Amino acid sequence: MLTKRIIPCLDIKDGRTVKGVNFVDLRDAGDPIELAQRYAKEGADELVFLDISATEQKRKTLANLVYSVAAKLDIPFTVGGGISSVEDVDILLKNGADKVSINSSAVKNPNLINELVAKFGSQCIVVAIDAKQIDGNWKVHLVGGKVPTELDLFEWAKEVEERGAGEILFTSMDNDGTKNGFANKALARLSATLNIPIIASGGAGKTEHFIDTFIKGKADAALAASVFHFKEIEIKDLKEELKSEGIPVRL
Amino acid sequence: MKLVIIDYGAGNIQSIKFAFKRLGVEAELSSEIETIRNADKVIFPGVGEASTAMNKLKGSGLNILIPELKQPVLGICLGMQLMCNSSEEGNTKGLGIFNVDVVKFDGTKKVPQIGWNKVEGLKSQLFSGLENGFIYQVHSFYAPRIKETIATCNYGITYSAALKKDNFYGTQFHPEKSGEYGAKILENFISLKNE
Repeated sequence: MLTKRIIPCLDIKDGRTVKGVNFVDLRDAGDPIELAQRYAKEGADELVFLDISATEQKRKTLANLVYSVAAKLDIPFTVGGGISSVEDVDILLKNGADKVSINSSAVKNPNLINELVAKFGSQCIVVAIDAKQIDGNWKVHLVGGKVPTELDLFEWAKEVEERGAGEILFTSMDNDGTKNGFANKALARLSATLNIPIIASGGAGKTEHFIDTFIKGKADAALAASVFHFKEIEIKDLKEELKSEGIPVRL
Repeated sequence: MKLVIIDYGAGNIQSIKFAFKRLGVEAELSSEIETIRNADKVIFPGVGEASTAMNKLKGSGLNILIPELKQPVLGICLGMQLMCNSSEEGNTKGLGIFNVDVVKFDGTKKVPQIGWNKVEGLKSQLFSGLENGFIYQVHSFYAPRIKETIATCNYGITYSAALKKDNFYGTQFHPEKSGEYGAKILENFISLKNE
């Protein structure tokens, strides 16, 4: 039986791990390679590295980090943040990334999804979608959630699937940083209308939130950052709890 | 021991190279017929689309070479699928090593299957010292269970997680990404005696 995945996310700036609270006010939580290995050892199923730096050397720094991570890590990892071309993806995959996630660049140029899928295959293309509710409607946002668009979350997600993406990473901006739980209603609707895996993101604060997002939100995987970085939740304990609730996990 | 990873432009070969390096084995990447033929062990990787990958193999004559190899060969993911008779993906004729046709999941569960699933019914030296355990996989197509199946997995249906025929081995999953469990499988592969 396929198990539900627990995915710690490491926000990376200039080669270091940081975590934003509502995507601003960053705090330093350490060395990404060391942290990645710790997570793998503790039972993380996958990792996501999200690069939020905006320097000219960004591409090279990230490629070097990916190479160092791939050398040490024996579980899969996804790399995202500012990826906007076939060439960007090629460099990251060649350096050992298993998957890449694209976000704003896919909204600006949806055909990029098709191009990447044709060249590298669906299995390594994750489309990240940041959305929040405006007047009760889920609208896609860009640039780390700062810029609203007219795009409807569910319509965009459907288009992303049709263009061949292998997975969707959905972050609810309404929930992110609140530690009040994931956006389970929206997640369940995504899962009901799409036939590709959905990763829930934004809002993890305690163990019950993970249970809820797998049962009520029908998520295939759950992503979180600060609860793991600051050891508020231990991955092994979390997975034991999930198992006792009848949720299939790798233990 | 000389370990060669076939480099034909279709696969995340860096991860495989790193996985062997963690086991203390320096793998060589090559697309040269002679280098591959003279290796002690050969890895046949692959990710992406089947017909595209098969065309790349044909372009370099590797489609002729691979079925003729006498040393242990391990196909991983799409590599394993291409070792079968055919794949429904892009209507691709395979290398015909494993007598089975690769087909697409019927969509009753989410496709692709992404994540960790349990392998069972372990039957070969490849799984020496291992109990049923978790492996990582990402795929939309699968090889049904046949007599050459040496491990199964269940995702709505029970399919071949691994195959073996003579000196040829294949895993649908990614041992290089399956933690310590996967590392043990790779270690078992490099410890196989040449037949």
